[in-house]
Amino acid sequence: MKKMTINGIVAQVEDHWTVLEACRFYGIDVPTLCHHDGLSPGGICRLCVVEIGKGERTKLVTSCNYPVEAGLVVRTHSERVIRDRKMLVELLLARCPSSKTLQDLAAKLGVQRVRFKVKDEKCILCGLCVRMCDEQMGAKAIGFAGRGKERRVTPPFDIKSEVCRNCGACMYICPVCQLRCQGPEPPSVVCGACLNVEPVCLQDNDDVMCYLDSCGWCYKVKKGVEK
Amino acid sequence: MNRRKIKSLQDLENLRQEILVKRDPQKTRVSICAGTGCLALGARKVITSFKEELKKQGLEDTVEIRETGCPGFCEKGTIVVIYPEGIYYLQVQPGDVPEIVEKTLVEKKIAERLLYTDPVTNEKAIHEDEIPFYKNQMRLLIGDNIKIDPKNIEDYIALGGYSALAKVLSKMSPGEVIEEVKRANLRGRGGGGFPAGRKWETTRNAPGEPKYVIVNCDEGDPGAFMDRALMEGNPHSVIEGLIIGAYAIGSHEGFIYVREEYPLAVENTSIALEQAREYGLLGRDIMGSGFDFDVTIFRGAGAFVSGESSALMSSLEGKVGAPQPKYVHTSVKGLWNKPTNLNNVETWANVPLIINKGADWFTSIGTEGSKGAKIFSLVGKVNNTGLVEVPMGITLREIIYNIGGGVLANKKFKAVQTGGPSGGCIPESFIDTAVDFDELTKLGSMMGSGGMIVMDEDTCMVDVAKYFIDFLVDESCGRCVPCREGLERMSEILTDICEGRGTEGDIELLEELSEVMKDTSMCGLGRTAPNPVLTTIHYFREEYDAHIKEKKCPAHVCKALIEYYIDGEKCTGCLACLKACPEGAISGDKEKVHVITMEKCNRCGICYETCKFDAVIIK
Repeated sequence: MKKMTINGIVAQVEDHWTVLEACRFYGIDVPTLCHHDGLSPGGICRLCVVEIGKGERTKLVTSCNYPVEAGLVVRTHSERVIRDRKMLVELLLARCPSSKTLQDLAAKLGVQRVRFKVKDEKCILCGLCVRMCDEQMGAKAIGFAGRGKERRVTPPFDIKSEVCRNCGACMYICPVCQLRCQGPEPPSVVCGACLNVEPVCLQDNDDVMCYLDSCGWCYKVKKGVEK
Repeated sequence: MNRRKIKSLQDLENLRQEILVKRDPQKTRVSICAGTGCLALGARKVITSFKEELKKQGLEDTVEIRETGCPGFCEKGTIVVIYPEGIYYLQVQPGDVPEIVEKTLVEKKIAERLLYTDPVTNEKAIHEDEIPFYKNQMRLLIGDNIKIDPKNIEDYIALGGYSALAKVLSKMSPGEVIEEVKRANLRGRGGGGFPAGRKWETTRNAPGEPKYVIVNCDEGDPGAFMDRALMEGNPHSVIEGLIIGAYAIGSHEGFIYVREEYPLAVENTSIALEQAREYGLLGRDIMGSGFDFDVTIFRGAGAFVSGESSALMSSLEGKVGAPQPKYVHTSVKGLWNKPTNLNNVETWANVPLIINKGADWFTSIGTEGSKGAKIFSLVGKVNNTGLVEVPMGITLREIIYNIGGGVLANKKFKAVQTGGPSGGCIPESFIDTAVDFDELTKLGSMMGSGGMIVMDEDTCMVDVAKYFIDFLVDESCGRCVPCREGLERMSEILTDICEGRGTEGDIELLEELSEVMKDTSMCGLGRTAPNPVLTTIHYFREEYDAHIKEKKCPAHVCKALIEYYIDGEKCTGCLACLKACPEGAISGDKEKVHVITMEKCNRCGICYETCKFDAVIIK
């Protein structure tokens, strides 16, 4: 067991955990799109970034693949983290506005506008399907091809793979397959955001105090733990 | 060829003496640069002409021709140096060869025409140390290139090569070697500037066997070619450094990762490795010390991002050369999850120097935080393009004016871009900044691997930022969201600005996006990618404003924002521009004022260049 600090809470964590596992064990919600407990960490969507370190020398790391360390100081909802997550969601939403998951995430994080030209891609290239097919199904029927903006998920040589068993695991795990609800308003880039709650605590604090799911700040304030 | 294996320090010294005795120092020797730059300018024909001409004159036995590596003054290739006098001929064409042979080799006179001429004073310089380009440098690493035939190990040994390795193997323990390199504070020349000694120590102490050492020669920054010059011109210096490092770290297997686009580097290095093996400097029981080590060359498959350490190792493992999402240093878990030490070509080449001359000598050069000398490739709008090696701490002004000879065509200096696509643009107000790792970082740029692109007043800084971002859009591996999506969006916004569609708030959005990319990208490429945008916004914000608010490009570069006019008072009606215009956009008659039809004009600028009366104006 190791001792570390998450949002001011002293946390006892297992040696082999990642920071994300530690956060989730303590009930702190860290958003992810490319993570699944049964698969190796992807580190692709970068939404799970957390701020580590103290004082001036802090940096952002992805919690899904950052191993826990004794004495590590983690902040899961600092102002910097929230700003970055919002931008990442904005970028993804501009790419793939039809996804329910992304719209919900945008609503939850308070992303209310998209400042980029809107595309209509169906895939966010999180790679969950590729890892699922490889690691759980043992098929490796799909993979990535192309580089940069040409990157895409495809079977080898873009022809139907002989090893694909049509098991559907790739579709099951896809985070953006589900289409958004159209809501009472006509379709726009950002949906009606019925789930949206503005984080008011950010006005007075550097960290979010409550964000629908608990971030742990209420606990901290109640116990009077110092920042 | 001598196939005797070197078994000890004494053996090496004996061999060196034998080589020196065999060679008459007074024998006339013609060194001809056969580096990629000079070869492109026709060095191969110059070499052939020399051989033919010597044959004609019957001088084959008395004159030796040596095909060497790049001495750096690429602007003035092909470079030919006549020894023992050291007469430096520049821009030699095959047609000049008979004159050189006749005048210099036979009559022992100097062919003045081919010497360096100072553009201001018109004075001629005969020797290397009289040419301003060389005079102001500190050529520790590339200085030997013109004296060495990279395909002949004897040239390197004759100059004292492999003596550092002999010293290390016979007198020093691995710990002492690491201590010496740490004391020298040798920082990685590939870009990051991480202390090499500390990296070596981490790899040495990391659990796991075998350990690997790698030379990173995946140089990909636009306009940078210092690693190529070293690898092509003096491969043994890199190999010697690598063997010393391997001994210090406890590694028995090394790799040289050379990008596919450097075939000559691969060729010369392969020959060098083969020769080193023949002399017992690689393989089993090196120099009779019991230390085994060998090196394999690996040709990179052509991705810029493969220069990143985890991507390079992935590529070496036979996978796609893309960065790995890991928070474990490659010095602990690298190639095949074993401790791996990766250093840049130039870093390795510095090691023999440090061992031979000592850490105290090395730390006497440079600034507080950055020691030794660094090779830069000076390119862009500067008179003397080429490789310059200078002590750390020299100012940008000294590099650009004293060595580079100032800005091309007497234009006004505007900015210098350092550090490749990950670096930033430094404006004229900071031209007296000392060049070292920390100072450049403070300005928002970085040392990088040593690219230095000089820009003059005709450069549009928004266009420059767009150029680098577009380069990175192509080169991003596309794995993580901020780099893939962020770069594409940045390129979109910059294109809009350059084409007159910029809106208020674009600059702020670029800044916000930059911060997020710096924070959250997976590897160094994405984390440093916004630097060109951030520095140009920081130092040249008024240019962005002019593009966005006034829809004007102050440097007259962005085609959508400029228009060509003909000044009726200056136009003589000579028809020159009318005939030159590829679009037929200019109308007019002889001796009558011409007019440009804007709808047809494609802003190619040919009329502007054609007009002898300065009657064409850009607005």
